[in-house]
Amino acid sequence: MTQTQDLAIDLEERARARRIRNEKIGRWVLPVLVVAVTILVWDRIVKVNELPHYILPGPWLVVEALIEDWGMLSDSLIVTLRITMGALTIAVLGGVGLAVLFTQSRWIEMSFFPYAVILQVTPIVAIAPLIFIYVDSRMVGLLICAWIVAFFPILSNTTLGLNSADHNLRDLFKVYGATRWQRLRYLQLPSALPYFLGGLRIAGGLSLIGAVVAEYVAGTGGSASGLAFRILEASYRLNIPRMFAALLLIACTGVVIFAATSLLSHLLLRKWHESALKRET
Amino acid sequence: MMTETTLASPAQAGGAPQTTRPPLLSMSGIDKIFNGDVVALKDMNLDVREGDFISLLGPSGCGKSTALRLIADLIHPTSGRIRWDVPKEPGALSVVLQEPTLMPWATVEDNVYLPFRIQGVSKSKVKDDIRDVLALVGLENFLNSYPRELSGGMKMRVSIARAMVTRPKLILMDEPFAALDEITRFKLNNDLLEMKEKMQSTVIFVTHSVFESVFLSDRIVIMAARPGRVIEEIGVDAPYPRTEEFRTSAEYAAHCRRASDALKHAMDLAQ
Repeated sequence: MTQTQDLAIDLEERARARRIRNEKIGRWVLPVLVVAVTILVWDRIVKVNELPHYILPGPWLVVEALIEDWGMLSDSLIVTLRITMGALTIAVLGGVGLAVLFTQSRWIEMSFFPYAVILQVTPIVAIAPLIFIYVDSRMVGLLICAWIVAFFPILSNTTLGLNSADHNLRDLFKVYGATRWQRLRYLQLPSALPYFLGGLRIAGGLSLIGAVVAEYVAGTGGSASGLAFRILEASYRLNIPRMFAALLLIACTGVVIFAATSLLSHLLLRKWHESALKRET
Repeated sequence: MMTETTLASPAQAGGAPQTTRPPLLSMSGIDKIFNGDVVALKDMNLDVREGDFISLLGPSGCGKSTALRLIADLIHPTSGRIRWDVPKEPGALSVVLQEPTLMPWATVEDNVYLPFRIQGVSKSKVKDDIRDVLALVGLENFLNSYPRELSGGMKMRVSIARAMVTRPKLILMDEPFAALDEITRFKLNNDLLEMKEKMQSTVIFVTHSVFESVFLSDRIVIMAARPGRVIEEIGVDAPYPRTEEFRTSAEYAAHCRRASDALKHAMDLAQ
């Protein structure tokens, strides 16, 4: 009786372990499989229908373009990356700075929060032409555009985080006679960290989008052109493989940014925050 | 029947006779009205002497937590005053709340270090104090653990360690053990008394448990609701240190009956 019971438990355990292992493998294998199948189907469609490369180039042609134009594309990639990272840095500094100001003074928050919302809800393509009229440096103009797109999630998330510090801990800090600065440094900022990191993950992707969209609007070329301009240029020349190659680079950049911010979030929160904890069952 | 218990003044409670202990703090004529018409506390008077273990016992809504928050200076009385008879230097007052209220991002050590950090004392200077107080609550091996790795009882121990690390004159405890299971609660009751003796502090303890208040305190202040007020004070003149034997003694049972009767009276008054 007990032996069969043990056996049953054992089987159940093994089934569970197998399920977990399969899930682990599937997490990596399945997306790779989907990509492989997609590329294969893409290739077949192009070959079977004999599509001309200026309508839809095959995957190998795209790879070829990527290798052939790597000199030009990598320069553009660096430009786009510089704008993206610059915008993200200013978004972090500006977003967190404003959030801290907002929580320190309700008057400042009441005065400026509506404008932050207005900046956020106005489409960047509508503001960008104006910015490029008033700002001489193209680089600065691009940075401003990307920043406008990226800073809001950081501002709103960090504000929420700073305000959601445990009220019992607030009382405790008060009893111990903490100064405003101490409360901010030791209580509110750590409480806001998970919220900030959530905002950062969104802002990372948005700053790339901002950089690309702004360059579309700015539209002028030259040596310091980003990937967006390469796409525009290639479309004028009907160089579709290069368009795909540039697009591929933008997508990869986005994925890398997301992975990097997720990793940062995991590293900072893994010791204590619910979101980063692994449950036993 | 009630009058007979009100004036009982335990002669041997604690070390020195209670009446000769130096005064620490007094509340006189305290009213607290919330939102203009909710009377949370009416005409509360309380003299706290050094070394007292006072329990505030009463039904919910009797203002016992409000009284504690008033003493902690988290809220201000509508009228009346609270006078400190000793200089209220930083670290002289600490609180333990119903929730352990630990910072989840900080280790046990850093959580206990908090009161010192706010005072601007460097960690290296108080490393031994932190270690000692954690040893006192039996968590000396958990210095580098995070709160999430601890059980409910252990978290509460850290909370108590944090409250005691500055050797405060007065510790305010707001139903600290209410969320714990009975076995853990008994153990913490015993340990709390031991720590209080070692640290020579004064405790004001809010609870709704008759048994807990009798076991721990030398003075029980019974409060009634609507409006929140003190209706009587009971002395528990059993000597310290109190151990598990006290919990099963006839004396303990008698004190519990007295406190229960008084609490019942308080409940009747509120209706």
